[in-house]
Amino acid sequence: MDDLKKKRNKDYNDYVKQVTPTHSLPLNMCKAFLVGGIICIIGQAITNFCLNADMEKDVAGGWTSLILILCSVLLTGLNIYPSIAKFGGAGALVPITGFANSVAAPAIEYQKEGQVFGIGCKIFTIAGPVILYGIFSSWVLGLIYYILTKVGVF
Amino acid sequence: MEQIIGKQSVEFENPAHIIAGASIVGKKEGEGPLGSLFDLVGDDYLFGEKTWELAEGALQREAAQIAIGKAKLESWQIRYVFSGDLLEQIIATSFGLENLQIPLFGIYGACSTVGEGLSLASMIVSGGFARYVLAIASSHFGSAEKQFRFPLGYANQRPLSTTYTVTGSGAFVLAKEGGKCKIAGITSGKVVDFGVEDSMNMGACMAPAAGDTIYQNFIDFNRSPQDYDKIITGDLGYVGQEILIKLLKDKGFDISQQHTDCGIEIYDRETQDTHSGGSGCGCAATTLSAYILPKIESGEWKKVLFVPTGALMSKISFNEGESVPGIAHGVVLEHC
Repeated sequence: MDDLKKKRNKDYNDYVKQVTPTHSLPLNMCKAFLVGGIICIIGQAITNFCLNADMEKDVAGGWTSLILILCSVLLTGLNIYPSIAKFGGAGALVPITGFANSVAAPAIEYQKEGQVFGIGCKIFTIAGPVILYGIFSSWVLGLIYYILTKVGVF
Repeated sequence: MEQIIGKQSVEFENPAHIIAGASIVGKKEGEGPLGSLFDLVGDDYLFGEKTWELAEGALQREAAQIAIGKAKLESWQIRYVFSGDLLEQIIATSFGLENLQIPLFGIYGACSTVGEGLSLASMIVSGGFARYVLAIASSHFGSAEKQFRFPLGYANQRPLSTTYTVTGSGAFVLAKEGGKCKIAGITSGKVVDFGVEDSMNMGACMAPAAGDTIYQNFIDFNRSPQDYDKIITGDLGYVGQEILIKLLKDKGFDISQQHTDCGIEIYDRETQDTHSGGSGCGCAATTLSAYILPKIESGEWKKVLFVPTGALMSKISFNEGESVPGIAHGVVLEHC
């Protein structure tokens, strides 16, 4: 690509950036705080309920995750969760409910392409990267931790 | 009379006439500002089919049948059909038109497909190679989202520059005579790429292509914006419209008085939450059939430059970091 074209494209992209409307960041952050906060409060309420029912802390945590995931999958199936995320943005995407939505949505959409090539192959199209790099980074951190314990830092 | 004019245009000696147009849309489009103008509005998005892809095929089939009926023809009288959609291997076209049993030229011009189809069909008719030719284009929100973006149930926040894919199909019957709208000329578009990589801002990807084709139309036909009652692009949306008007102003043409965009007309952005507007092959095709064509036929608009725009996007090339090239095909529609 010659320089003239490069310059034209750069000027154009700069101009496009100027005229393209974007969501208001502070407003979006407030909404995310609100929605994410509400989801966390619900989670805490479930945990407290479980703890009051004489469950171990770990078991209570497990039940909390399971119930939140179930709710998110149900809301995805009923087409309500997308509206929550449209309002709440990252507040609805980052908690475990967002992760559940990203698995449930492809399962619903690709079900028509079959159990294997549809759901089987495509269920993790969105969540897959999170799972892969999540596991990989925890392996790296584990390795660092192991080396540090061997050299006597911990 | 010389029909080949300028660099990219044709001015027909025996123009083809659009003798019938048909449009079928989904529920959301039916609730929009043009809702009452469409021939058929679906109750849901599946149109009695099992999948989005088959539903889109059904849209094409229905639109074709309505158009053929309006032209008072039988499908065997149609010599060729030019049709396309947004899906891989244009499968909606194949599934939708199989039962019509008309010789088919499948075309792909992204959302500019109806412009490409009308251009080719008008040349065939004007050239005397067929009496009746059909041009169709379709898009479907469900099938397009699935192919280009995310599963429908996936929760995310759409950027304000995005457009909403129109569920709908428009079909047109072209003939040597009849009807009150003729295709007086065409200006075919080149691939224009200004290096925009944001597939969520397709208006910006396509505006340079629209500007290029409209500018070339003015030069080739030796016209100015005032020679047209309307200059109507396909699916630039609000963002693309602003850019297009500026790009042409820089080249010495002010189209702000004449310009509108099918993507702007088809939805009410305040109440329908469609951000920058509508898009998809069906956007320009259904708007032409339901809104533009009747106004030309009644003589309210005498001369219209119709410029469907396409973002030639592939999910693979997008992931590979390539830009989104654009294309736009100009069709000069005149009252007759």
